[in-house]
Amino acid sequence: MRHLNFSGEEILETINMVRTEQLDIRTITVGISLLDCVSDTCDGLCRNVYDKVERVARDLRRVSADISQEFGLPIINNRIAVTPVALIAGRSGQQDLLRIAETLDRAAHAVNVDFIGGFSAQVEKGMTHIDANLFAAIPAALAATQRVCASVNIGSTRAGLNMDAIAAMGRIVKQTAALTGAANSIGCAKLVVFCNAVEDNPFMAGAFHGSSEPECTVNVGVSGPGVVLRAIKAAGDVDFGTLASIIRRTAFKITRAGELVGRTAAARLGLPFGIVDLSLAPTPAEGDSVARILEEIGLDSVGTHGSTAALALLNDAVKKGGAMASSYVGGLSGAFIPLSEDAGMIEAAERGAITIDKLEAMTAVCSVGLDMIAIPGDTPAETIAAIIADEAAIGMINKKTTAVRLIPAVGKGVGDWVDFGGLLGRAPVIAVNTLSSSRLIARGGRIPAPLQALIN
Amino acid sequence: MPNQAPQPGGPQAGRAILTIIGSDRVGIIAGIANVLADANVNILDISQSVIREFFTMIMMVDLAGAAVSFHELSERLARKGAELSVRVEIQREEIFKAMHRI
Repeated sequence: MRHLNFSGEEILETINMVRTEQLDIRTITVGISLLDCVSDTCDGLCRNVYDKVERVARDLRRVSADISQEFGLPIINNRIAVTPVALIAGRSGQQDLLRIAETLDRAAHAVNVDFIGGFSAQVEKGMTHIDANLFAAIPAALAATQRVCASVNIGSTRAGLNMDAIAAMGRIVKQTAALTGAANSIGCAKLVVFCNAVEDNPFMAGAFHGSSEPECTVNVGVSGPGVVLRAIKAAGDVDFGTLASIIRRTAFKITRAGELVGRTAAARLGLPFGIVDLSLAPTPAEGDSVARILEEIGLDSVGTHGSTAALALLNDAVKKGGAMASSYVGGLSGAFIPLSEDAGMIEAAERGAITIDKLEAMTAVCSVGLDMIAIPGDTPAETIAAIIADEAAIGMINKKTTAVRLIPAVGKGVGDWVDFGGLLGRAPVIAVNTLSSSRLIARGGRIPAPLQALIN
Repeated sequence: MPNQAPQPGGPQAGRAILTIIGSDRVGIIAGIANVLADANVNILDISQSVIREFFTMIMMVDLAGAAVSFHELSERLARKGAELSVRVEIQREEIFKAMHRI
């Protein structure tokens, strides 16, 4: 075979990865700077924002469909990330911020992307006037729009934790749940509270186009829990070193596929390529579960003892394989454990095999945080704030990104279900500790930056 | 191997890999080759074997002189595949290069 440089086995492996193991490109996310859209009127700003987003992203869906067909890889989502709105909204009050959110929503509809992220503020050290207005506008903005995602960065290793902002977000998460209560509190599925947020994450709901980024970028989020699961199953009872090697090699292939798609999309859109985020991101579909990988590593159920160690192995091996595959690995890059989006997690939560405490431990060793977790609708704002504070502390001390995306299920309690449909999935409401943290949250101020910050 | 993007907007450029999987029967090669010939696509290599109990044929084709778009070619191959009761995939070769070579 003079021309054919690959074996039949390799070709079939690629095809099987797609056809039976749910290998896909989870998202192509176009990042767009809105810094040049600023205007002294809200009308002007909205017009500039709409025009720029429409112009830059108008070919995204078509290019994405072409590439998907030509490489034989499904591309599940097309998304947009914009400059944190707090940086471009000047002196806007809440009403103007709502209009900006609606403009972003209209633009997203016009170019047919499923989410547009960046209704965001970065308040690690403290809040400006516009930050405070944006915070206050979040619940209404998420209730009034379909495709807009919001995020706030309330702490970092360098700055410490802004406990005032954390207290405020406890209330805002509750308000967002209340305003969208009739729709399973779906507003909360579009709102992420970060510590150590990254500026180039292509996944929603936390994507935004950070101010350190260029005019535009094309970032890619790959995925493939099913591919990793099959590879581990095929290996049988090998030792940890061999297991890590198998995961690394699989992550390599997945990342290479993602980078090819990303570079091709960037070239065809005439935009610079940014990064590949090589996160294993599950979907509710069977065979597309990170929890099942952990169980295949050797647990009767995700959530039992050993889950944190297994996840640490997986997260690290994924990163090592991906780092070899591409020069520009970024975003979150690891393993995601969103509860409602993972069939194995959903089942474990239903059985009571996994609790919020175990999930919190697992966030110390993986890419994200407490993600897509439904909690009782009557959970007090202070408790939500304290959960955020715990998660942020893990991120701050360990110099990693952590985040919280909690869904207070209005009118529901432990054992009831919320169902968003589609990729956002469904989840049973799980219990939180009902003993109060209100005195902690009432103190106010900042938790100082840790010694880990003094690296100069 | 540096991960280069293929030339943008070039459905007529580069090589692709066709994979035909199914049960063996008379006329598969002829049927697929006819579709390719009608589209002015040259076959560079054919490899055929039984891999994991499927009859599998892998063709390397050259899209340089293709008379139709990738999308159209893909549709025609899918239709012929359905007629022959085999599954036909066509993918640009870069995806295999990217995934299986350091």
